[in-house]
Amino acid sequence: MDAIQKNLLEQITGLHEVPQGAYSLRINGSLHGKNSSENIEIVKKEDKPGIDIYIKAGTKNESVHIPVLLSSTGLKELVYNDFHIGEDCDVTIVAGCGIHNGGDADSEHSGIHSFFVAKNSKLKYVEKHYGSGSGSGKRVMNPTTVIELHENAYMEMETAQIKGVDDTIRTTKATLAAGATLKVGEKLMTHGSQYAETRFEVDLNGENSGAHVVSRSVAKENSKQLFISRVNGNNACSGHTECDAIIMDNASVSAVPEIMANHTDAQLIHEAAIGKIAGEQLIKLMTLGLTESQAEEQIINGFLV
Amino acid sequence: MLKLENITYKVENKLILDNISLSIDERFVAITGPNGSGKSTLAKIIAGIIPATSGKIYLDGEDITNLSITERANKGISFAFQQPVRFKGITVMDLISLASGKKLTVAEACEYLSEVGLCARDYIKREVDGSLSGGELKRIEIAMINARGTKLSVFDEPEAGIDLWSFQNLIKVFEKMYEKNRGSILIISHQERILDIADKILVLKAGKIDKIGTKAEIMPALLGIDSGCRYVKEG
Repeated sequence: MDAIQKNLLEQITGLHEVPQGAYSLRINGSLHGKNSSENIEIVKKEDKPGIDIYIKAGTKNESVHIPVLLSSTGLKELVYNDFHIGEDCDVTIVAGCGIHNGGDADSEHSGIHSFFVAKNSKLKYVEKHYGSGSGSGKRVMNPTTVIELHENAYMEMETAQIKGVDDTIRTTKATLAAGATLKVGEKLMTHGSQYAETRFEVDLNGENSGAHVVSRSVAKENSKQLFISRVNGNNACSGHTECDAIIMDNASVSAVPEIMANHTDAQLIHEAAIGKIAGEQLIKLMTLGLTESQAEEQIINGFLV
Repeated sequence: MLKLENITYKVENKLILDNISLSIDERFVAITGPNGSGKSTLAKIIAGIIPATSGKIYLDGEDITNLSITERANKGISFAFQQPVRFKGITVMDLISLASGKKLTVAEACEYLSEVGLCARDYIKREVDGSLSGGELKRIEIAMINARGTKLSVFDEPEAGIDLWSFQNLIKVFEKMYEKNRGSILIISHQERILDIADKILVLKAGKIDKIGTKAEIMPALLGIDSGCRYVKEG
């Protein structure tokens, strides 16, 4: 790895070197290295780009890192990663993509991540996206996440795209069986003339399933965001979707929360709020000695942490 | 010392504050008066949140009339809001650290929270958002002012919303704050027990100073007016 790639890796995983334990590292369109562990097997797909990750039933307190780095300009790829998580697991998966584009051609990574979480398993999925480089070529990422939660499975998904991604369409589709729970926390910041689109579609099919989808975003300068969230309650279940956006400069944000109940015991709530930073928040921090721009930064950082 | 000279504030030709001159050098100075008399406006003018229409403000002899909120804060003015502000994602620890101007250890931050009667362990990581009650926010607001430790601390109705916590404790907090910082504390209040600790009391009425003096000079008349009772027993 060169210095640019190491920086990308650090931005998306917090790691300086190749991860320990089970991992798969993809750099500039090809598999740079992978490692399986006793309970986690990583297999390269034969028919298309990507990997299959098999986590043995009963695996607890283990993690898998699967970062993707792109540092050559003009590269476009579509990768399929499938995660098969056995019963009674408690694991963490850390994914993420860093693009450095110093050239004039667009660089694009589209990842389709599918999670099959078997019953009674607990999964934490962390995904960070980051872009850097001063070339005029765009940095484009279009992540698709497909989630299948079986009986009493629990998944927590944290995604963050804070800087440098010019164009993104983020799609997440989930189906939940009885007793399954999905919690999603999305953090998004766009600036310049970036465009970000987020689409969530959650089907609460099983009795007592529950979903909690929360998106917090900041749109600066001339950037545009579109948030669409649809939660379908098809059984006795609970669903909550929330979009909270701070808008600045000439940005534009559109939030379209949709809930649909197909069962009398489906309890669904949606909330959406878009607004600029409250003047009183700025004033409060200024009375503590911060300048207006420091106060603004503090408020945004807190909002997106 | 804070000195106000002929402070006037008008909104669309309506006079909110009319030619207020005042100096604050004592430990505790209280401003009281009926609702709408201009108390909060005066406090905000001192903190720089509202610019006075005319008049001058001096802090230790320096003219701060045209300084911003931030500049005044850095010169040593603190302001506790009557209705504390909520922030999504910013924790109690963040705010206390920002107030103190340095990265605090958990133990240091806890000390400020304990002083306002909050069990620090339960609060330090909490977000200062809608999950905290008005009373809790109010105490955190006071803890922030304490952490700043400036030469002038202005409190806009600190007692409002903290009724479950005794006034006696609130008064102890102010006394301790003074012991530590030796800075003047200006309190806007309607509460007799808070006015009772003031070295100087200012009564505002319709934007003007109605009375100003020591507790002994002001309190008897004030209590008579406030209670609306004409049959106060003398002696």
